[in-house]
Amino acid sequence: MTERLRVHVDPDKCQGHARCKALAPELFELDEYGNAHEAGDGTVPPGLEDKAWLAKSNCPEIAIDVIEE
Amino acid sequence: MSDVSPPAPHPPVTDWVHDFDHTDPRWTEDPFPIWEELRAASPIVHTERFLGCYMPTTYEAVREIANDTEHFSSRRIIVRDVRPEVARNAAPPITSDPPVHKPAKQLLLPPFTPDAMKKLEPRMRAICNELIDGFIADGKVDAAGRYAKYIPVRAIAHMLGIPESDSDLFINWIHMILELGIKDESKLLQAVQEMSAYFRTHIEERRSKPTDDLISYLMNARDKEGQPLEESHVLGSLRLLLIAGIDTTWSAIGSSLWHLAKTPGDRERLIAEPGLIPTAVEELLRAYSPVTMAREVVKETTISGCPVKAGNMVLLSFPAANRDPAMFPDADKVVIDRRENRHAAFGLGIHRCVGSNLARMEMQVALEEWLKRIPDFRLDPAGTVAWSQGTVRGPRQLPFLLGKAM
Repeated sequence: MTERLRVHVDPDKCQGHARCKALAPELFELDEYGNAHEAGDGTVPPGLEDKAWLAKSNCPEIAIDVIEE
Repeated sequence: MSDVSPPAPHPPVTDWVHDFDHTDPRWTEDPFPIWEELRAASPIVHTERFLGCYMPTTYEAVREIANDTEHFSSRRIIVRDVRPEVARNAAPPITSDPPVHKPAKQLLLPPFTPDAMKKLEPRMRAICNELIDGFIADGKVDAAGRYAKYIPVRAIAHMLGIPESDSDLFINWIHMILELGIKDESKLLQAVQEMSAYFRTHIEERRSKPTDDLISYLMNARDKEGQPLEESHVLGSLRLLLIAGIDTTWSAIGSSLWHLAKTPGDRERLIAEPGLIPTAVEELLRAYSPVTMAREVVKETTISGCPVKAGNMVLLSFPAANRDPAMFPDADKVVIDRRENRHAAFGLGIHRCVGSNLARMEMQVALEEWLKRIPDFRLDPAGTVAWSQGTVRGPRQLPFLLGKAM
């Protein structure tokens, strides 16, 4: 039984370092100012779990949550 | 020529913990053991120099201050000997506090997104190769003076729509503001006046002939009420873009090449695995972060348990935060494949560097193009590496021998 992951960016914390977009481009999108939000509803497709954790652990503003569902 | 005599040098430091001075030659040469000593003493240290100044020494204390715009103002962002009156619209948004900060920042962000930087990348690769063409046959080069220095200055000139051939003029202004200006107010004012006059000429030209560059972009920008920006705001932001984008990335590229020159293992690995270069760039940014910022304490508070009093400046050392072993295992080692890296080289909080995506792209391209064409290089034992003093740290002279050692 594999767990499903979901990523979420806290828009009040994100300052647009864009590390998540560089490390996990499939999971995050940037707006016109370069601030990040999760792609779609944030569901992490199978095989990209490692990238989700990598994005979280490289966000300088601690703005990314990885939720285990 | 200025008729002001050169400022007296500061007395040498004998007690770093109670009397630190970031302009001391020992700090310029090798700040890392000094930061370690300060960090071991307290998360916040204080000096009576610079009319009173604190320095947070841990990552956590730096984060607390960067995120606290209520007690810490950005109206003064360089720790200097003097505190002249603050100019309105000095260099928005870096010198702005809430609530005026956000609109000024949002104005500058769209031209600097990662996608916008991708469009600039081919021009950057061409610039790097033109520079390499200029010295590769010599077998030796000052990599700071002939390579690292000209990459960011040409990039920002290209974006602003001003001649890349004016690069040396811009570099001199930056030297006057960021280095000489710490101890000599007149140098700073002279450079600011010259820059404003320079940009006014370019603004005038664009009134009749609009262009597709950052100067026209700022001239055409409108605030929430649909009004154009005041001229002082446009000039302040243009000065900021020119100053902030040049010796910072020059320093980061120079420090990266300096590391690779003396670490053949890392160099060989990046040549064999060029896909690792973006990760290595982050680690080099952490280990050799060029930029130290400042704040002014405007309201008494407590940081990491230490009382902090209004009227003092704060030396906000992102470079020292990035060497904190409580945040980064093996903080004093360069681990070019470091996986977890929340470094603060571009600041934390609302003042995150507007140009971080540009700087990252420039560093990646500069290292990729250099390593493709110059896989073997080392420090020239007959030369001397010289580091800049003050707010931005990086090699200003970097003598290399090119090619395999005989």
